[in-house]
Amino acid sequence: MKFGPMKAHRRARLLQILFLLVLAGLATTFLLQALNSNINLFYSPVQVTSGEVPLGQRIRVGGMVEAGSIIRASDSLKVGFNVTDLAGSTFEVNYTGILPDLFREGQGVVATGEFTRDGLFEAEEILAKHDEKYMPPEVAMALEAGDSASSALP
Amino acid sequence: MVWRWFHEWGSPRFFYARSGRLIPIFAALTLCLLSIGLVWGLLYAPADYQQGHSYRIMYVHVPAAILAQSSYAMMAMAAVVSLIWRLKIADAAMQTAAPIGAWVTALALVTGALWGKPMWGTYWVWDARLTSTLILLFLFAGVLAIRQASGPGQSAGRAAAVLAVVGLINLPIIKFSVDWWFTLHQPSSFSITEKPAMPIEMWAPLLVMVIGTYSWFFLVWLMRLRLEIVRREAKADWVQRSFQDEL
Repeated sequence: MKFGPMKAHRRARLLQILFLLVLAGLATTFLLQALNSNINLFYSPVQVTSGEVPLGQRIRVGGMVEAGSIIRASDSLKVGFNVTDLAGSTFEVNYTGILPDLFREGQGVVATGEFTRDGLFEAEEILAKHDEKYMPPEVAMALEAGDSASSALP
Repeated sequence: MVWRWFHEWGSPRFFYARSGRLIPIFAALTLCLLSIGLVWGLLYAPADYQQGHSYRIMYVHVPAAILAQSSYAMMAMAAVVSLIWRLKIADAAMQTAAPIGAWVTALALVTGALWGKPMWGTYWVWDARLTSTLILLFLFAGVLAIRQASGPGQSAGRAAAVLAVVGLINLPIIKFSVDWWFTLHQPSSFSITEKPAMPIEMWAPLLVMVIGTYSWFFLVWLMRLRLEIVRREAKADWVQRSFQDEL
């Protein structure tokens, strides 16, 4: 393997291309930095509890559905639940409609709607956020059995 | 040594003569891998504990999405070679990779949308991953449109190559979009440093599909490239001679 030296005019073109790439990369970086918060699809629970989120404006919020917080109305499609980041920030969500298949406790959700008052989000649309984990049902059952066995221990 | 190899393969005549042998190899490989991968993934891999059988669309979606990005990288490589060495064959390689990449990106977007409706509850959201992948589709389309704007002239080729190179910036954005921003799209299940977030019964057929899809890409790219070479060199002696019998 022997690479001879590159001809001067070709090296110049290579440098031009690299320069162009660095320039375009820098421009893009600045642009994305400037847009940073606007590129996020949703506000996180900690942003909600710290008051960064506007009241009465159509926005998206996201987080995990808190375990044991889902309350369904018996005579309508109305449902209420808490959204949490599992680190202490929580808010309530109300929604009327059909929920996606993946909606369940402990699952990520992204809701579109507005805060009608502090900590109460009236959602018009609920999307389920899937995580990156995949497993066969038997494995999930075995894991769950293992979990409840270990939590039964003192 | 390396330069000689480079210049030999850069010659349309040499490339056309030698590359023909690769086609049956890639064709056989593609046929084997894709049929094994599809049957394995769609019929024999276990269902998912949450998504049931719906997750099986990943056996098409994930290879398409991976290939969409790497085919762009390969197209941009061809563009760099074409800009620096002014090799006609590199320009042809860039031009012929673009439509394949565009279709593969479209496939990734469509299969993603079909999965998104039942799982997320929507076909589309403007999150960073989905939007940057749509931009990838536009980049492929843009490179193709500029390249074909005024025939095989040099300026169109250079303009298209510059766009292809600048568009490389989109690749890390696609890759890291799910880590840098809050997106609806899940983060990657695979990384070099960590164990896959799924058991081997699920990822083995996926790996077969990924390799098969790459093989398919090289097959189609090579065939299109050979056709493009003949089209461009139609007046050259060697083309006239090799097609004499068939005319």
